Amino acid sequence: MIYHIEILRQKDRASEPYRQRMTFEATDPEMTVATLLKTLNAAPDLKDDSGNKVDEIKWECSCLQKKCGACAMRINGKPRLACDVKLSEFKKGEIILEPLKKFPVIADLIVDRSVMLDSLKTITLWLENEANHTKKGEEIAYEASRCLQCGCCLEVCPNYLPGDSFFSAAAFVPATRILSELPKKEQAQIIGNYKNHVYQGCGKSLSCRDICPAQIDIEQMLVNSNAVAVWKRYFK
Amino acid sequence: MSINIIGAGLGGLSAVLTLAQSGEKCNLISYAPSERAQSVMAEGGINAALDTMGEHDTVEEHYEDTMKGGVYLADPNAVWNLCSNAPSIVEELYKLGVPFSHNEKGIVERSFGGQKKKRTAYVKSSTGKMLMTAMIDAVRRYEVQGLVTRYPRHQLTDIIIEDDTLVSVTIQDRFTKEPLFLQGKTILALGGMAGLFDGMTTGSAHNTSDAQAMLFEKGVEFSNLEFVQYHPTTIGISGKRLLISEAARGEGGRLFVCRNGQPWYFMEEKYPELKNLMPRDVVSAEMVNVTARDDCGDQVYLDMTGIDKKVWQTRLSDLRDQCMHYVNIDPVKHPVPVAPGIHYFMGGIYVDENHCTNIEGLYAAGECACQYHGANRLGGNSLLGAIYGGKVAAQSAMNSAEIYERNTSVAKAVHTGEVPPILAQKISSILYRSLPIIRNEQDMLTATTKLEELIHSSITTAGYRRLMLALAMVGSALNRRESRGAHKREDFPERYDENFRKLSIVQMQDGVIRHTLRDIPERRSS
Repeated sequence: MIYHIEILRQKDRASEPYRQRMTFEATDPEMTVATLLKTLNAAPDLKDDSGNKVDEIKWECSCLQKKCGACAMRINGKPRLACDVKLSEFKKGEIILEPLKKFPVIADLIVDRSVMLDSLKTITLWLENEANHTKKGEEIAYEASRCLQCGCCLEVCPNYLPGDSFFSAAAFVPATRILSELPKKEQAQIIGNYKNHVYQGCGKSLSCRDICPAQIDIEQMLVNSNAVAVWKRYFK
Repeated sequence: MSINIIGAGLGGLSAVLTLAQSGEKCNLISYAPSERAQSVMAEGGINAALDTMGEHDTVEEHYEDTMKGGVYLADPNAVWNLCSNAPSIVEELYKLGVPFSHNEKGIVERSFGGQKKKRTAYVKSSTGKMLMTAMIDAVRRYEVQGLVTRYPRHQLTDIIIEDDTLVSVTIQDRFTKEPLFLQGKTILALGGMAGLFDGMTTGSAHNTSDAQAMLFEKGVEFSNLEFVQYHPTTIGISGKRLLISEAARGEGGRLFVCRNGQPWYFMEEKYPELKNLMPRDVVSAEMVNVTARDDCGDQVYLDMTGIDKKVWQTRLSDLRDQCMHYVNIDPVKHPVPVAPGIHYFMGGIYVDENHCTNIEGLYAAGECACQYHGANRLGGNSLLGAIYGGKVAAQSAMNSAEIYERNTSVAKAVHTGEVPPILAQKISSILYRSLPIIRNEQDMLTATTKLEELIHSSITTAGYRRLMLALAMVGSALNRRESRGAHKREDFPERYDENFRKLSIVQMQDGVIRHTLRDIPERRSS
């Protein structure tokens, strides 16, 4: 099948973005967008639809199996992992690839997501002492520990704006692990941070739940963390 | 001076945590944040003789299984230290909050390949990710305290060595392209060399092998490069091989091939004690053998349909999701076609028992280092080896004298270029053809000629280095004229302890690759 691919490109941080369209014939509908990008980059003398040479398309990938979050990008308008999306999804053969919009673009599809990791420092996300293991807490810790820090949730969150003090699901999901394992007497600091940076800003649209590529039960994470941090209840 | 750690997967994080807990300042340098490291992909678990399963397991048995699995090519003292420290490592991880499966008797362990007793602690089929999350969170505390400085988008581009002593490493910010020169003792935790077999491994695309290739060209010794682990149960998917964790067989999955139209559970028939859980080198070689037979089909299947529903939910949930998404097969209902695929590199940077390389001030840990696994790694020993190795490397760095601060005027930005995708594919294809599970001299000689021809074509520095590393790997395999563990040869089917129970050492000196053999230390009496 013939695919028409449009990529929002940007040479470097200071350059103007532009759109480049190219055509590619794929025989394997199981091919993912990640492999498509790799294949395009390996094609010698690849030309776009206007006959211009296509420079290497900059993008990031690591695991290629939905476990690392590196290849998050906007695919036909939705933030997704390139290794998660198969070409068979594009019934009309139209593929539009853009970088995530809520992060600074470094080049083409690569964005700087360091703000997410900085947020985790701001809310003091660690255990000071030994973890407190409980049966229910462990299920929560497992689910929360699966967060990829890919940034898809920030992209769709109506309450998250870059530079804002609200940190969104990319912070409250990992926070749920710490809250589930932190002994009660050590919770004060993180609870204060949680209220300031999560509870007060979250409008509970839960758009993050529907987009999470790891399919983390984000609503449950939020309910549990709010219960501990705001309603002062242990997980039940 | 701060200690530099290059690589932020489990080995690197373990080293950093050890240093920070001792109040030591360090720089944590990685190509990408820890969340992207290959360690997050590890599934099955981590080995430790906790003896929580009522089987009277002991450290001695863990040691024996590891040595035997590695066909006696590992350093016995290092392996003993690894195994005897394993229970306390799992305990520490539990304290860091890793939600290991456990019951009233303690942490539950599952069966894994090459081990007679249940010895593998796990968190469903996402053990690596769970360990990483806990370690990342633990290190964050020291980042905020200022003990750990992260350089999370930086790649190692150069190293300066004088008189076999480290002078500095050069790293480059991938976003701004700015170089940075760092002095101080340095721990390498680079991961494996998946990029030598581009798109043909279960590993991460970040592990290009370029850092190793640069270090090799600069004179860092490598060892046992010929030992490449083919994991028996992988499936080719878009752009890579998908691993079906050994946990699937640990929980009851069975391998079969169709023989005269009937399923033949060949591993169970040939190896009645460990059955489908023989060490990986044995299973992979048997898969090659049975599919070559005239009375058998050419496809091996992994039958997981007999696994209990509850086990799928509580222990293997991720594995099922991956099969369904990438292979379009529900393993609960149908057998899955599998084939051996490249999964791990037992060889790598030569280190001694203390994780010191041949360069003073330079240490290595995790998959990039050649330690613990001998000729074949046991499942569940990689996470353990990375964590324990990181600890030992950190201790060694702390205990050694400060390396002399030198004038770094020689340090300058280097432009090595990249390995062009077409060259990467050519190298991969040559290596893959010449280093299959069962090898022969003719194929390896042909590969050597082809790689040498590529060197004479117009290539970048990075391309030249990767070719040299590839040549070193093929050369190591050619020189080992025996069959042992993951290195099996048609022309030398027997094991020759007298000549070859030794480490293959390879080093580049003045542009020439030199191979030698080195004795393995004797086990000290404990």
